[in-house]
Amino acid sequence: MTAVTTETGTKTKGRATPLRFLALRGLIGWILPFAIVVVWEALSRTGVITENVLPAPSAVLRAGWQLLLSGELIHNIATSTQRALLGFIIGGGIGLAFGLANGLWVRARDVTDTTLQMVRNIPHLALIPLVILWFGIDEEAKIFLVALGVFFPIYVNTLLGIQGIDPQLIEMGRIYGMRPARLFWRVILPGALPAIFTGLRYALGIMWLTLIVAETIAANSGLGYMAMQAREFMQIDVVVLSIVIYALLGKLADSLARLLESLSLQWHPAFQRKES
Amino acid sequence: MSTPQSAFAFQGVQRFFGSKKVLQGINLEVPEGQFVAIIGKSGCGKSTLLRLLAGLDQPDVGRIRRSDAGQGAAGTRIMFQEPRLLPWARVTENVTVGLTGIVDGPQATARARDYLAEVGLADRGGDWPSVLSGGQRQRVALARALVGQPHILALDEPLGALDALTRIEMQQLLERIWREKGFTAVLVTHDVAEAVLLADRVILLEEGHVALDLAIDLPRPRRHGAPDVAAYEREILDRLLGRNAA
Repeated sequence: MTAVTTETGTKTKGRATPLRFLALRGLIGWILPFAIVVVWEALSRTGVITENVLPAPSAVLRAGWQLLLSGELIHNIATSTQRALLGFIIGGGIGLAFGLANGLWVRARDVTDTTLQMVRNIPHLALIPLVILWFGIDEEAKIFLVALGVFFPIYVNTLLGIQGIDPQLIEMGRIYGMRPARLFWRVILPGALPAIFTGLRYALGIMWLTLIVAETIAANSGLGYMAMQAREFMQIDVVVLSIVIYALLGKLADSLARLLESLSLQWHPAFQRKES
Repeated sequence: MSTPQSAFAFQGVQRFFGSKKVLQGINLEVPEGQFVAIIGKSGCGKSTLLRLLAGLDQPDVGRIRRSDAGQGAAGTRIMFQEPRLLPWARVTENVTVGLTGIVDGPQATARARDYLAEVGLADRGGDWPSVLSGGQRQRVALARALVGQPHILALDEPLGALDALTRIEMQQLLERIWREKGFTAVLVTHDVAEAVLLADRVILLEEGHVALDLAIDLPRPRRHGAPDVAAYEREILDRLLGRNAA
């Protein structure tokens, strides 16, 4: 009886401590950005940094508040996010499909891989002039560029993931009579998942990068457009605000990917919390 | 007991890889429920023989006959030196892989739990394979191989990678389960002592031939280092190393 009580006792304790530890670790990461903002504000107030070089954080916040009230900020963030996600879904989906197909069928890889590797070596942002000629500065242009940028990291990593699966496990699955569909869901896909997640996180970075560039050059809405317009009117606080928002959105996307990763890769020793 | 039926029989089986003859006319009949150990130097063809038995490979010449019981979904199972567990499936799910095409769902889970208990891992069903020790993983692999109730269990040096103590524990476990379930066991091993300890019959392969077919007529359970066990060991080792028997 006593033994049982002690055991459950240690278990709950063992579960609570790492959680608290994780929360603490997450907070530690925010100390530095916060400190930088505080120092920045102090330097602005004392006049070391003049307002036409870099506005104080409080000024940036005020600008953000005003844009928030006018609805402009939300509108621009929504537009940019929509473009990013749409491009990501299209490019990522096609990349995943090609990666799976080429990983599973040698024939498919023989046919398409050379072509894809050639296209991969063209920096996708070099296509901007061509894309503007094709699509003008409409939505398609941005979505196309994002999709193209996102395609390759997902494709390459999915392919690598499938090729890296232990052939002994596949043989084991066959020995136990797994049919191709079951083999795919139970052995191949889970085995490729860590690599696919690596590709996903790369892709998210490229997604924001592409969108910023595309919106800065050719757009009539979105965060990049907001920044460019602010530049025309010398609203440096809004320019800085857009940059900060890009940083936050990028961090948010990465955190979501990490969360997804740690949820679906619980089996992986790298994601296991030490319990003893 | 009536005359034991044969579980499987190799009839003039030959297997080539390129110009190399790995198996040169193997004739071997194993009665149901027997524990056979196959030993020999590296490259003598013992793993090839096992892969043929498990149906992972086909003979070039000759045929392999299996009893009707040995032909169904889980007729023959093979266990390797590596446990080959799915790292992304919990222990119980790994065991249910052994029921693919036989039973599904909660019934499969229940049976997997029974077999986990059988190998002494009743409380580890919810763990990931990565937290288990080498010996525990191999026990999960054993449960997975047995959960489909095969008639023949082929073992390709399953204890080769384990430390000495774990190995002895596993040998005892294997013997107990074999006696309980009554399947036919074919164990390929480098370890002559292990062969003598576990098997009813030791087959020595040499350059693709059966060089020795020795019945081990000792009561069970046998003990490491007992004089009668050691005598058999010496006889086989002498033959294996080409020494003249005294």
